[in-house]
Amino acid sequence: MDRNSNSYTLIYVAAMVIIVAFILAFTAEALKERKDRNIEIDKKRQILSSLNIDATSLNAEELYDQYIRKAVAINYRGEEIEGIDALSIATETEIKNPEESRLLPLYIAEKDGKTYYVLSLSGSGFFGPVWGYISLKSDKNTVYGAYFSHKGETPGLGAEITKNDFKNRFCGKEIFKNGLFKSIAIVKSGISVKDRDFVNGVTGATVTSQGVAQMLLNSLEAYMGFLTEK
Amino acid sequence: MATRRSIFFNPLSKNNPITVQVLGICSALAVTVKLEPAIVMALSATVVVASCSVVISFLRNTIPLRVRFIVQLVVAAAMVTVVDMILKAFAYDVSKQLSVFVGLIVTNCILMGRLEAFALCNKPLDSFLDGLGNGLGYGIMLVIVAFFRELLGSGTLLGFQVIPQALYDAGYMNNGLMILPPMALITVACIMWIHRLKDKTLQEK
Repeated sequence: MDRNSNSYTLIYVAAMVIIVAFILAFTAEALKERKDRNIEIDKKRQILSSLNIDATSLNAEELYDQYIRKAVAINYRGEEIEGIDALSIATETEIKNPEESRLLPLYIAEKDGKTYYVLSLSGSGFFGPVWGYISLKSDKNTVYGAYFSHKGETPGLGAEITKNDFKNRFCGKEIFKNGLFKSIAIVKSGISVKDRDFVNGVTGATVTSQGVAQMLLNSLEAYMGFLTEK
Repeated sequence: MATRRSIFFNPLSKNNPITVQVLGICSALAVTVKLEPAIVMALSATVVVASCSVVISFLRNTIPLRVRFIVQLVVAAAMVTVVDMILKAFAYDVSKQLSVFVGLIVTNCILMGRLEAFALCNKPLDSFLDGLGNGLGYGIMLVIVAFFRELLGSGTLLGFQVIPQALYDAGYMNNGLMILPPMALITVACIMWIHRLKDKTLQEK
């Protein structure tokens, strides 16, 4: 058969694509369960990290069970919706839904006898999505800890938001001032904001820093029903 | 006709993909900050280059010449995707660290270079040895560069502290520049220099 004829080339390429597609689909399906489990463990690590607990992939599940008392879904009024596990909620899609139908994950943690609330954050940075978790003390106002991550920010610049140095800047900040929701501003070092708490952004990554600030504002606002209920 | 022995051993030193062929430098910068991702990257690249070489070598008499690049790319991309999925399932932390770089093995010049230059016109066993040798030759360089960058940049090896605390107390500091990409290039250059010093036949006229 002529290796260089058009029909041979076309049939060859078509067959190759079908075979490769089949192999890839089969591998993806066979490994899906393990991969999903890894993703869940990673999510638990992120939540623990916002509570200032450093977990490894080996002890994350154990620590999660130890510290997280409840993982529930709430609506915009702060009412608990039964039967849904907070871990199964994808915040990045929920945040785009209209307020009334939004499901928000809420993790209630207990550490050293004190109660903390972990809220899920989702927004966008410079190149792609950024997300994170923030833990509030039982007054639902003071930040206890935070965790941020990103999909594709520049290493050394935007990617610095994942570093402890950045996330620790949020500890002790308040999201309400005089009873009004203000979130936390992210500013250049040397600049101060009068009406709300602020932290310094990452030098050279203004867009990512502003993305994180916007994410805090939007995502925390979604929890307003829960945050203002007594 | 090259012997099987030389097919396998040449790329490890005399014809090393990084120091002699100067291929695959981009990923040598990116994944060599720490030793662990460098080792995983080296193994992944070796597996991909070796297995792709075998597949292409088996197909070499059937591949329509006009679309041979496309066929090579499809085989390489499929293999890389499978490796990426396996890493996500069995070594999630490492795959998070390597992030996009595993996917970028496809664009690694060594891979396409070996497929086009060797696998397309040699028998499967020879191609396998060639892929294995080139993958390992690339891997050795990654590991050497990562060894120095992690040791001098973070004072650790594979995450374990090796530079004693006493030295830090005496005023020693980790060299932050080692972690940045330029030092990977400079380290590679130093290795090339030493390599050529030891093997005079490699020196360009």
